[in-house]
Amino acid sequence: MSDPPVQDTSPTFLGMPSFQRAAKVALADTQQRRNLAHATATIRAKRAAAVAEVEGWEELRLAGAGAKDEALHHLPDYLEQLEAALTARGATVHWARDAAEANRVVVDLARAKGTDEVVKVKSMATQEIELNEALEEAGIAAWETDLAELIVQLGEDRPSHILVPAIHRNRAEIREIFARRMGAVGRAAPADLTDEPARLAEAARLHLREKFLRARVAVSGANFAVADTGTLVVVESEGNGRMCLTLPETLITVVGIEKVLPTFADLATMLQLLPRSSTGERMNPYTSMWTGVTPGDGPQEVHVVLLDNGRSRVLADEAGREALRCIRCSACLNVCPVYERTGGHAYGSVYPGPIGAVLNPLLRGTATEVDRSLPYASSLCGACFDACPVRIDIPALLVRLRTQVVDEASGRSAEAASMKAAAWMFGDHRRLEAAQRAATLGGRLLGDRTIRSLPGLGAWTQARDVPTPPTETFRQWWARTHGDAEGDRDDAGDAEGDRHDPGDQPVEPEQDIGGAVPHTSEEGP
Amino acid sequence: MSSREEILARLRVATGDVTSQPGERDPVPVVAETAGAAPDTLELFVTTVTDYRASVVRCTPEQVGAEVAAALVRARAHTVLVPPGLDTSWVARARDAGLRLRADEGEDGGPLTAQELDGIDAVVTAARVAVATTGTIVLDHAPDQGRRALTLVPDQHVCVVRADQVVLDVPDAVALLDPTRPLTWVSGPSATSDIELDRVEGVHGPRTLDVVVVG
Ligand code: SF4
Repeated sequence: MSDPPVQDTSPTFLGMPSFQRAAKVALADTQQRRNLAHATATIRAKRAAAVAEVEGWEELRLAGAGAKDEALHHLPDYLEQLEAALTARGATVHWARDAAEANRVVVDLARAKGTDEVVKVKSMATQEIELNEALEEAGIAAWETDLAELIVQLGEDRPSHILVPAIHRNRAEIREIFARRMGAVGRAAPADLTDEPARLAEAARLHLREKFLRARVAVSGANFAVADTGTLVVVESEGNGRMCLTLPETLITVVGIEKVLPTFADLATMLQLLPRSSTGERMNPYTSMWTGVTPGDGPQEVHVVLLDNGRSRVLADEAGREALRCIRCSACLNVCPVYERTGGHAYGSVYPGPIGAVLNPLLRGTATEVDRSLPYASSLCGACFDACPVRIDIPALLVRLRTQVVDEASGRSAEAASMKAAAWMFGDHRRLEAAQRAATLGGRLLGDRTIRSLPGLGAWTQARDVPTPPTETFRQWWARTHGDAEGDRDDAGDAEGDRHDPGDQPVEPEQDIGGAVPHTSEEGP
Repeated sequence: MSSREEILARLRVATGDVTSQPGERDPVPVVAETAGAAPDTLELFVTTVTDYRASVVRCTPEQVGAEVAAALVRARAHTVLVPPGLDTSWVARARDAGLRLRADEGEDGGPLTAQELDGIDAVVTAARVAVATTGTIVLDHAPDQGRRALTLVPDQHVCVVRADQVVLDVPDAVALLDPTRPLTWVSGPSATSDIELDRVEGVHGPRTLDVVVVG
């Protein structure tokens, strides 16, 4: 059998410029940068406090990684077990090779119900396959019900953060969007709407309740799918998930095949890890679990769409497969100095931040400009690995992907050898940390917030993160930038866009977090 | 080849290097949460629930009716939903105070519709288990809690938790749950942080959560 197919880049992101070029545009948006800096700093502090409460956090991370690895290493077996458990409980299981197939399944199911609208719970998987667009094309309105998704949808915008998709919007902008757009698609916002968060939430409650009460079909994703019981889990805050999962007659859940957990007991680990890592709460307000159909309670027609869409390709990559452990908590985004300055849109995918920089090229390959540039969208500071509840070694994966990009562009080369040294260094966390500390210190002495070089890597690190103009091949870019002078770089990947205003820069996250989290064992941020 | 067969075949090739058997790993480790210097479990539960800005009181079995009624009156509830298996002594005082009790029975004799539920102010339920370290109540929607919609649409949820139902942490709770039942984990009132990360209580679920701990 040939290699599993890559995920097609969706039309939204086709022709995206490289990360570095898109980041430059994002960096110019001071409002967004301010919103982001505030938001990520707030979540970082909350997460640090919530994690510090759990003495055995490192043990938990190991258990979380272990549960996901067990599922991934035996994915076909666990998927078959999941399917059997779901079917036994009255659910119907569909399999989708790619986005088009998944969308077709959902559109056909909605059509069969004779409905012209569905309510939706925030779901990365359905964003990935652009289900809303597919439904719209079929004449079916898809109402996003998560407050942030509603803001994004009404603002005809794209999400920029996994957890807080409207993180780039401030309250005044949200008020304006609600006042202007709600009336066109349902109950209008109150005339005297202010930009107080409580009033904005109230407007959303009233606007959406009308839709919840009449909806006959809901579409959701799932955070976890438990193989041994057939239980699906949605973790949320607002109650819109509960509304969608409970009130309509028909529920369609689109689940990436990597969401499988081997056993119900593994949920204990995940429910300890996810909320603390994600929103920095001991527990999120609502978690719903359902196992097929429960007569007399909730949807009586339950469908599950198991989605591949490039995941089997990632799984086939022995080193890359650990990226599939991701539980989309967004902790790595919030600690990332690059993400904090550029925001999510520059990543050219629904998966932004450090995990996006890894996952997108793994899922989609490195054929496009944006996917080739993503492995460079990082300063390799290591904060993402420290924060990751399932211990995905994002820096090591980024380095490996850089190697791949370089190899593909220029064949084996001297640079590739230097990459090997990098892989060795990043393969061991302690070595990385030592290098990191030295480099950060060096940067600081130079009055600079970015790492200009890592010991032992020489010229290679000098060239990373340099913008890639579209007309240039990678080889040309490499030749040009390889000998580039230190002082004259406009280095968007290092997020130095506002070097004219150094006082405005947030503290480097690795410092920020490092001081705040009293960790017990070797991996504390 | 069907999509199913093709995906499974891809995955078998993709995991061709794996030598272990499914289920061969060590038993799922149970990592207890401590939440600082824990006082007794019940006190911890009261503290963590309070942190979510939910109201929580402790009382004796004889006082449940009075505490439930007080919570309902405080939130100015007029109509109160009573799940079919609820201990009716818990809502007797509320009825005496003039609140209107409703069963899950609509105009047409069937269960209440979502529209009908939307007209009801509050619901009183029991719980299946509660988690001290996280301040969480887990409902398994047995008759003393009612089907899921009952604790979702009304704007106030008064939940009576027996002291012996409060366990220390999440693994303890998971071990007690029946996965074949629908389960709802509730930690404080509905909330969002989507607007500049300000936590705002109350979006779609009940905006008021009152917990009564008995014993
Ligand atoms: S990679 Fe890790 S930290 Fe980042 S979103 Fe995924 S699970 Fe969270």
